[in-house]
Amino acid sequence: MAGNAGFREAKGDLRLENVTKSFADFTAVDDLSLVVPRGSFFALLGPSGCGKTTTLRMVAGLEQPTSGRILIGDTDLTGSRPYERPVNTVFQSYALFPHLTVRDNVAFGPKRRGLKNAVQLADEALDLVQLPHLAARKPAQLSGGQQQRVAVARALVNRPEVLLLDEPLGALDLKLRRQMQVELKRIQTEVGLTFIHVTHDQEEAMTMADTVAVMNHGRIEQMGAPEAMYDLPTTAFVANFVGQSNLGAGRIIDTDGDRLVAEVQGSRVKIPKARSSVHSGEVMFGVRPEKVRVRREQPEGIGDDVKGVVRDVSFIGVATQYLVEVPSGAIWSAYEQNLDVEPIDLRPGDEVWLTWQSGHAFGVPPDDDAAASPMVIDTAAED
Amino acid sequence: MSTLAHVGAGASGAPTSPSPEPAKKSRLAYLLLLPGAVWLLVFFVIPLVQLFTVSLQSQFPGYPGYYYRDVNVGNYWRAFTDFGPHFGRSLLFAGLATFFAFCLAYPLAYAMAFKAGKWRGVMMILVIAPFFTSFILRTVAWRQILADEGPVATTLNTLHLLPGGRITETWMAVVAGLTYNFLPFMVLPIYASLERADHRIIEAGGDLYANGFTTFRTVTLPMSMPGVLAGTLLTFIPAAGDYVNAELLGSDNTKMVGNVIESQFFRVLGGFPTAAALSFTLMAIILALVFVYVRKFGTEELL
Amino acid sequence: MSAPNPTAYRPSAGKRAGAWLANRFAIIAAVLVLFYLFLPVLYVFIFSFNNYRKSNIAWNPNGSPTLKHWMDPCGAPGVCESLVTSLQIGVIATLAAVVLGTLLAFALVRHQFRGRTASNVLVFVPMATPEIVLGASLLTIFVQGFSNVGLRLGFWTIVFAHIMFCISFVVVTVKARLQSLDPRLDEAAMDLYATPSNTFWKVTFPLVLPGIIGAAMLSFSLSFDDFIITSFVSGNETTFPKFVYVSYLRGIPAQANVIGFSMFAIALLLVIGGSIISGRRKA
Repeated sequence: MAGNAGFREAKGDLRLENVTKSFADFTAVDDLSLVVPRGSFFALLGPSGCGKTTTLRMVAGLEQPTSGRILIGDTDLTGSRPYERPVNTVFQSYALFPHLTVRDNVAFGPKRRGLKNAVQLADEALDLVQLPHLAARKPAQLSGGQQQRVAVARALVNRPEVLLLDEPLGALDLKLRRQMQVELKRIQTEVGLTFIHVTHDQEEAMTMADTVAVMNHGRIEQMGAPEAMYDLPTTAFVANFVGQSNLGAGRIIDTDGDRLVAEVQGSRVKIPKARSSVHSGEVMFGVRPEKVRVRREQPEGIGDDVKGVVRDVSFIGVATQYLVEVPSGAIWSAYEQNLDVEPIDLRPGDEVWLTWQSGHAFGVPPDDDAAASPMVIDTAAED
Repeated sequence: MSTLAHVGAGASGAPTSPSPEPAKKSRLAYLLLLPGAVWLLVFFVIPLVQLFTVSLQSQFPGYPGYYYRDVNVGNYWRAFTDFGPHFGRSLLFAGLATFFAFCLAYPLAYAMAFKAGKWRGVMMILVIAPFFTSFILRTVAWRQILADEGPVATTLNTLHLLPGGRITETWMAVVAGLTYNFLPFMVLPIYASLERADHRIIEAGGDLYANGFTTFRTVTLPMSMPGVLAGTLLTFIPAAGDYVNAELLGSDNTKMVGNVIESQFFRVLGGFPTAAALSFTLMAIILALVFVYVRKFGTEELL
Repeated sequence: MSAPNPTAYRPSAGKRAGAWLANRFAIIAAVLVLFYLFLPVLYVFIFSFNNYRKSNIAWNPNGSPTLKHWMDPCGAPGVCESLVTSLQIGVIATLAAVVLGTLLAFALVRHQFRGRTASNVLVFVPMATPEIVLGASLLTIFVQGFSNVGLRLGFWTIVFAHIMFCISFVVVTVKARLQSLDPRLDEAAMDLYATPSNTFWKVTFPLVLPGIIGAAMLSFSLSFDDFIITSFVSGNETTFPKFVYVSYLRGIPAQANVIGFSMFAIALLLVIGGSIISGRRKA
């Protein structure tokens, strides 16, 4: 390790212990504790300003935590400099060195570590991202997608213990983004490194990651496998940030076997006990739009239902989205798959019934903050 | 004058990340700063202080060329009463030269930024290249071009467009020389600001206003204002202090304050205090004008 | 105002003629202005072939054009000595100003410290001060103050003065380059195991280098062509511009035209050559 006496070898899970980062006027990361198992693809998901990028920068060593510890395995990395950590970053704007060729960009890290075969390693990394033919070019001569791959190769070539991706696909157009998502996932499976992916795009996080952590106001709201989190959000924020939800504030008034009975703005709805993080008092009732059916007549034997008036119909190809005003004045959203040759012909102003299986409903603690989210729907359900 | 130079720092950071600049130890900053700052202190600030004290000195009676420390405000009074017209000419000629330079520079800068395409670099070089032929040589060449028997004067005389019959040794020659000599200082900042301007905004302006002139007045010109501001200062300041053009192209009736300062220092025995007072007054006037100008057109980019 | 009308980008049919004119107007005006810039240079060139008698102001049809001044550019007494002096001063002043100014620029862009605003003002004000005031103040200090420490007007006082006014221009040029650098490049380097000194020499410095080279070229041309400040602080030393100015009354020798035009030609060739090379390297 020529010229790099301070470099710390470390292997194992990445652990953040009670990490806090405060700036002059606000706390970006607030007492965060987290374990990322070795070899997993982990996504930090959240809106801008939630502290996810600051968390990433602290892992990289570009920021130092105000308090708390950052470890890989049993090695404490807190306080060490970025060049001393077995961690590499794919920057949001790629930050490729404009004065170096693609090959020299990729060989930069191995050269700094004094590896004799730096150029050979660089060429192998370029093979991995399928760009060996562009090795002699300068970054300015590459397209956005190609630059992105070079940035990935430049980080990967070092075989870091943890690879950090800071919104790496943000600058790409939709089609290229989808393609790169698949590509990154393939590379991660191939090399088996720990990937930490910061993004505000919930679809991207869910497509790629084994584990997703949703951050808000410097804290983790919920963490888990994407499917589980989508199916059963535990906070109103997650219910709206990960997918959309029809939500309504109410209170729990009764139980019915393994179900809770809640009164939501004058209507009675049921929530499975296992699907509610509150079991008494104030609750936020929720159901996902694609779980809600739209019917002309009041249906029987499905579950709970509510009457409403269609306000908007938008055809999106695989499905049709209905926006329905329920009696409380709130707007519910529902998706119907376009299975029939002639779909139900509904127009704004038509009266309909919305219905769902009560097993699909969920309950989360009430949260004023959720009202700020765009798709929150304050609703009252009528039996 | 970083309008010449101002380039938006590549701020593409996510809003979550605060300034990526780590707070570095200021000791290193002072080490970097020290040599240059000391140089500027010793060879700029201290000389100015000295100039100010000289401007208040008095002559030893009977010993021409010898002075004693004093607070002789009369030097400033003399500077104004005896050489008021020279101050007036300096400001007037410099103002005219700045205006003409703007009129000539803008089309050139505009063509460089928007019409030149791959010739941009070449044009840039061409604007700077004349600098390498000595400024004095070029000014002497203007004297030849504008001479009574030269092409410009003879043409104008044939057309009866030249009232006095000649250009050299008139204010016209001096203003022409000043305009010429400082033109590149006007072109480059305007070009820099036009080049930096977002061309799409100008296109949008072209869509909104059918009239090309309206687009120019409401969109293009305001966007190039930082460059125009820097350019006018970079032209006006050296022009107001110049004496070479007045010396080589003008006559006794077109002498500017620079000529007076130069001759008081080098050709008038005991002229030091007056010359210093004149210099200091000139600097004060120009700094005041710069200050008012920058205030009026408002830019913090200048520093 | 003789400013150009920009093209209306999607002109309605009726406006197209006006747009066409506006389009050409800028180009035509630009070519005319460039011609204006070069006209005196052309005169300097032509009169370098003049077989003049007493003063090289009027064209002498007898024996002109002649190559004799080009064959013997040092033929006039003092002309080549003044050129050498100017070149020496230019090189020394440029080197010193580039070092001092680059350090200053790094301090101002990359660091937060007390007195930063004051430092910015200290760098800016010399550029906003007329040369004659700079020259006058230096003259008073050299004659009345620094002469006590053994500094006499001459070669070194010119060098010191030139360093002073070049520093500000170096700072402005290098600062612009530094500010345009993405700070994330430094972070990326550190992330890729580069120590702070590695980061500086492998990333920051190569990226700032074009700005430093530009600053050096600017400094050299400012120093080489300076007359006003030089005339105040030069004493008996003669630089090339001072040589031309002083010999104006007696008659400027055509050798000065030869040298003046050659400097122009050399600079033009160097710059064009340089841009061709850097253009090829980019491709």
